[in-house]
Amino acid sequence: MHEPGQKLNGSEIFFECLRREHVEYIFGYPGGSLLKVYETLHDVKDIKHILVRHEQGATHMAEGYARATGKPGVVLVTSGPGATNTVTGIANAYMDSSPMVVFTGQVPSTLIGNDAFQEADIVGITRPITKHNFLVKDVRELASTIRRAFFLATTGRPGPVLIDMPKDVLAAECIFEWPESVEIRGYKPTVKCHANQVQKAAKMIAKAKRPLFYIGGGVITAEATDALRQIAVEEQIPVTMTLQGLGAFPGDHPLCMGMLGMHGTFWANQAVSNCDLLIAVGARFDDRVTGKVETFALQAKKIHNDIDPTNVDKNIKVDLPVVGDARDFLESIIRELPKAKEDRSAWLAEIEAWRKQCPMEYTIEPDSLKTEFVIDEISKQTKGHAVVVTDVGQHQMWTAQYFKFTEPRSIITSGGLGTMGYGLPATIGAAFGVTDRPVITICGDGGLMMNIQELVTAVYNKLPIKIFLINNSYLGMVRQWQELFHKEKYSFTDLEASNPDFVKVAEAFGCRAVSADNPDSARKAIADALAYNDGPMLVDFRVVRKDMVFPMVPAGGSISDMLLARLNPKTMV
Amino acid sequence: MKHIISVLVENKFGTLNRVASMFSARGFNLESISIGETDDPEISRMTIVTKGEDRIISQVLKQLNRLVDTIKVTDLTHQPHVARELLLMSLKLSKSTQHEIFELTNVFKGKVVDIKQKSITIEVIGSPDKINTAIDLFRPFGIRELARSGAVAVHRGES
Repeated sequence: MHEPGQKLNGSEIFFECLRREHVEYIFGYPGGSLLKVYETLHDVKDIKHILVRHEQGATHMAEGYARATGKPGVVLVTSGPGATNTVTGIANAYMDSSPMVVFTGQVPSTLIGNDAFQEADIVGITRPITKHNFLVKDVRELASTIRRAFFLATTGRPGPVLIDMPKDVLAAECIFEWPESVEIRGYKPTVKCHANQVQKAAKMIAKAKRPLFYIGGGVITAEATDALRQIAVEEQIPVTMTLQGLGAFPGDHPLCMGMLGMHGTFWANQAVSNCDLLIAVGARFDDRVTGKVETFALQAKKIHNDIDPTNVDKNIKVDLPVVGDARDFLESIIRELPKAKEDRSAWLAEIEAWRKQCPMEYTIEPDSLKTEFVIDEISKQTKGHAVVVTDVGQHQMWTAQYFKFTEPRSIITSGGLGTMGYGLPATIGAAFGVTDRPVITICGDGGLMMNIQELVTAVYNKLPIKIFLINNSYLGMVRQWQELFHKEKYSFTDLEASNPDFVKVAEAFGCRAVSADNPDSARKAIADALAYNDGPMLVDFRVVRKDMVFPMVPAGGSISDMLLARLNPKTMV
Repeated sequence: MKHIISVLVENKFGTLNRVASMFSARGFNLESISIGETDDPEISRMTIVTKGEDRIISQVLKQLNRLVDTIKVTDLTHQPHVARELLLMSLKLSKSTQHEIFELTNVFKGKVVDIKQKSITIEVIGSPDKINTAIDLFRPFGIRELARSGAVAVHRGES
């Protein structure tokens, strides 16, 4: 460790800054413009560098780590293709508001703009998908830029920040100065909610007869789950969550309504359509949640708390916006709520009736394996005490429906961007951050192939992750839409003839692997994987091929009109 | 409705691109944008003319505020302000039209900045509306080339 005031080169300054930001892991891949950094890294012992096999994997790992721990994930890649390979991962982190700092090498500053070897204008490319980005042109600005980047990535609505570092800047020397504080005059996120708005919100909540919490990932980011639980229980307000909000309220609690929206529960969507007050906290009225906006929650007054003012009135006009941190909002509400409580038993009874009308259930047959069973079984065997990372598609929705998330930071999933290939690397990143609970991937055969190279990273680092492959040899969600809405033209979604033997593939990577094709073998394989901690283990679940995820709101439809089953697609309630 | 928005931004490379690409990424209308350094060399002022319903304009203002490099965003539309735009326009010239062009230039308090045998270049300064009117009225003479600066605007002083 070097003290400020010493003369250091850019690469040494880089590591000094990471130390001061308490970085434990860098997910990276070396290359020409970063040779100086990797030269310095050779003697760095306190920050661990995880070598990935593709830069996209590094970004998803950093995001998985960030979502599991709440700390910013750090990525280090070289210029040109190294940098452009991070684009999908950065866009993913941007859409899901994950704190991440991406360092890219750049060609020497004298060559920038000359179409030099491995040059790409990564600052220009990532401008619309980062919270902010920087090109460091002078080594004397490196430390203060890194300080700003971490500050921006982790405060307000978190997000990815990129720093582009030309090769000559990393080699140049200057006196190392570490700025004690950060001041960015154009960046002042509103954390504290306005007192008047909070009072109005508390009054609306106190007198509502049929209130409903609509909870998003912001509640988890803001660590507001205790406050949420307190209000919900004391006021008897049912809670529905978005995909990213799952875990903010315990899945086994009677007030928990599960997920809302396109593949949400029937009763959650009915509750949204019939409530008289919708309290949105840390959620952004995404189209997958609202369905047709003109018919969304028409009977409800709407309160919307969000730390990002641009989310307010973006998709849905609300009656009471409250800009600020979710935890500040909910804790302030608790202080304002009157002692006398409204009786909401009639409202809860109504919800219970909807729950009984269309429960989430599935059948078990001895000779075939349904995904719902696999996920339910994982949930039961772990008692919901696990970090579950998904990929994107049918298995993701089934996980949201059937896994009982009991605590925050237990689902890590690509919600906004919907990035196939996210699951495995994000699981690896999460496994570096979490060691006290099992870290599990639930992924499909399509998504696993998109970043399967990262099995090497899991095996080499002996990470005890469980890779539960839901293998229907279809791009299942696309196939589902083809069946329902595209005249059953199954173009390029059947992978059976081309998929590899995933057990053999995993074994070739040095990963333990088994397959299961019925409930008994699946149950055993899950128990086996959960007990195995010497490295990763893959279970290839050969599930029923053509199952579909229900209930479902067709895109653009009203969430009160759900498709409930395949056999009678006209069944609308 | 048309809005004129004044934005103070960090005078750094890429700031104009951040603002312009935000407009295109979000599908906002961008009628004109002009930028120049202020008395503080670290800060530039951008004047943006856009149009949209109130809901869209409110998003425009919030999205502008959200950019890290923006320091202050003001919608001048409903506040006392002065907005000016510069028009440079080269017109076809003939003996028969010469007199009329001079006269019209005077009406708009414009200036003749260049005159050749077959062409005349005039400058007009005024509100964007006045510039639009000027272009319409000069059009029959035959416009050879036209450039407008986009509006710049400031608050009116307090009495």
